[in-house]
Amino acid sequence: MTSVSQAKDAEIMENPRKTLLSIDDMHVWFELRRFGFGHAGYVKAVDGVTFDVHYKETIAVVGESGCGKSSLMKTILGLYKPTKGTIVFEGKNLTDLDEKGMHWYHSHVVGYIQQDPYGALPPFMNIQRILEEPLIVGGVKDKEERIQRIHKSMEEVKLTPVGDFLQKYPHMLSGGQQQRVVIARAMIMEPRFLVADEPVSMLDASVRVEILKLLRGLQETHNLSVIYITHDLSTVSYFSERIFVMYAGNLVEKASVRQVIDTPLHPYTKALLTGTSEPDAKNAETFKELPPGEPPSLVTPPPGCRFHPRCAQAIKGLCDVKSPPDFEPAPGHLVACWLYQ
Amino acid sequence: MNQTNTLLRIEKLVLYFNTLQGPVQAVDGVDFSLDVNRAVVILGESGCGKSSLAKAILRLLPRNAGTYSGHIYLKGDDIMAHKDDEFRQNIRWASISMVPQAAMNALNPVMRVGDQVAEPAIVHLGVDKDAALSLTRKMFQHVGVPDDFISRYPFELSGGMRQRVAIAMALVTSPDLIILDEPTSALDVLTQANIFNVLKRLKKELGISFILITHDIATSSELADDVAVMYAGQIVEVCDAHRFFEGPLHPYSKKLLASVPRLHGDQQPEFITGRPPSLINLPKGCRFADRCPARFEKCVEDPPVIDTNGRKVKCWLYS
Repeated sequence: MTSVSQAKDAEIMENPRKTLLSIDDMHVWFELRRFGFGHAGYVKAVDGVTFDVHYKETIAVVGESGCGKSSLMKTILGLYKPTKGTIVFEGKNLTDLDEKGMHWYHSHVVGYIQQDPYGALPPFMNIQRILEEPLIVGGVKDKEERIQRIHKSMEEVKLTPVGDFLQKYPHMLSGGQQQRVVIARAMIMEPRFLVADEPVSMLDASVRVEILKLLRGLQETHNLSVIYITHDLSTVSYFSERIFVMYAGNLVEKASVRQVIDTPLHPYTKALLTGTSEPDAKNAETFKELPPGEPPSLVTPPPGCRFHPRCAQAIKGLCDVKSPPDFEPAPGHLVACWLYQ
Repeated sequence: MNQTNTLLRIEKLVLYFNTLQGPVQAVDGVDFSLDVNRAVVILGESGCGKSSLAKAILRLLPRNAGTYSGHIYLKGDDIMAHKDDEFRQNIRWASISMVPQAAMNALNPVMRVGDQVAEPAIVHLGVDKDAALSLTRKMFQHVGVPDDFISRYPFELSGGMRQRVAIAMALVTSPDLIILDEPTSALDVLTQANIFNVLKRLKKELGISFILITHDIATSSELADDVAVMYAGQIVEVCDAHRFFEGPLHPYSKKLLASVPRLHGDQQPEFITGRPPSLINLPKGCRFADRCPARFEKCVEDPPVIDTNGRKVKCWLYS
């Protein structure tokens, strides 16, 4: 076990920018049915998304509810099959994997950190059972080894002294401790990358930072890649290298954290940054300028750029007709907006 | 402070809940006051008693409520002395209304939203249904809900729109004060910013006062004139927003503000070690002492509330 992962680590060190996961033109559509059988269109939750995740890299997917970020995440986790497009992990196409292959993918490749820790933990299992389950499913036959690994991963998420927690049930823990259990469970099979779905949105401000720092530490010690899904731009800058901004099923801006926060290009990204508050008493004296309306329906998205009905800078005859491709106005800064052609 | 300008003054408000383990001291001697057309933010982490404070002000007590005492003066009148019937008719919703936590799920799913907003007007203002519905239309305009939504059901509305309806419902009796309990915690960034724009406009145009209860320090600054920080059932600091966000005094407030992640600048957020005390077994002396970096010998005694330049802080460091 260790020699394999050490060899992997050595390989990662040599090629820090090598691609771990590559997503190409992914579409996830859900069919709508009328009266149970008539076809009534599709919910285009993810509609043509392309990106790469490198080794040891944290990327953040930022978007509002209903923009398709959860469908994107669940497809990466292998819970949905993409309607079109591919997900390639280290040369293996996920859609080609058989049942055994998917089992390997779920137990050895990817770890999942849920949003609501209390909802994610079975209330009738104690912490030891909760953490033992993935080991049993993952094929760790030796009871001694399982106990050892449970101890190790609980120490890593700082649920110490371990003995105090093993026999406890989720409701006996605080929100922060529950989230640590969720993280330990995601980490216990030593996955290659983690998908974290709003891991701190349910927690108090003071605990939030603690959990983010813990995740950052785990990512560094285990050379993990992390896909961090959130709607909160303010936590992103402490945690990720690149940000992908998602709107109505499309990625509208892809760039490094500093580029997005200091020089946002897409009008939607700018609106998101305006909407994010920083503690300052002057906020109470001014009104914020925000785009009117609400995100479009994913069944009948507007033609052309999906943001154009709400965009103050929309160009008539272009933005409402043709969907914008990715432009690269600055090196490494991709934006799907006609303003930058 | 000018007496005529004070809308609400709370003195030594106490609300305990009886449990098998002993009384939960959720609100334990809270004092603060609020002027007309101002907004005070009650900041605190979960379990500090901030929602119980809102319930105590509105006398929305659960069955296991134990000790409930103190004084709440609304425009000089002690509303704690009112009988339950009087309180329900003249105070709750007529003078003080509330937007409950998760208001978007607090609407009745089988009732048209217009009827739901009109209901308090019919009950408290004694108007007929048509008058109440035209009042509802006016309220919808104030909070930015399209007119034709009046005959829709809650499930046909987005989260942001439902939140606006809940605000309209609190607004329809033209109360003096609205208590907002975590009004935007379940909403998206842009919706949240929009709701705060609405609240700011209501404050400016209708002169309404607000008590905003939240744990979200960054967004609380969107509405705050004053900030009151709550910890373990007590208010530990009261200060105007300008001076608070520039530099709070109480060690807990300092830590709380330092935990906020910032968009710009290199300042790393910090976290507070340890956990808040249980409200059943509260420590003697200062309740924050266990987690406080500036603790010294005096902290074993209960600190007094010290007034420095109009800022009130409950900490021995400033005595």
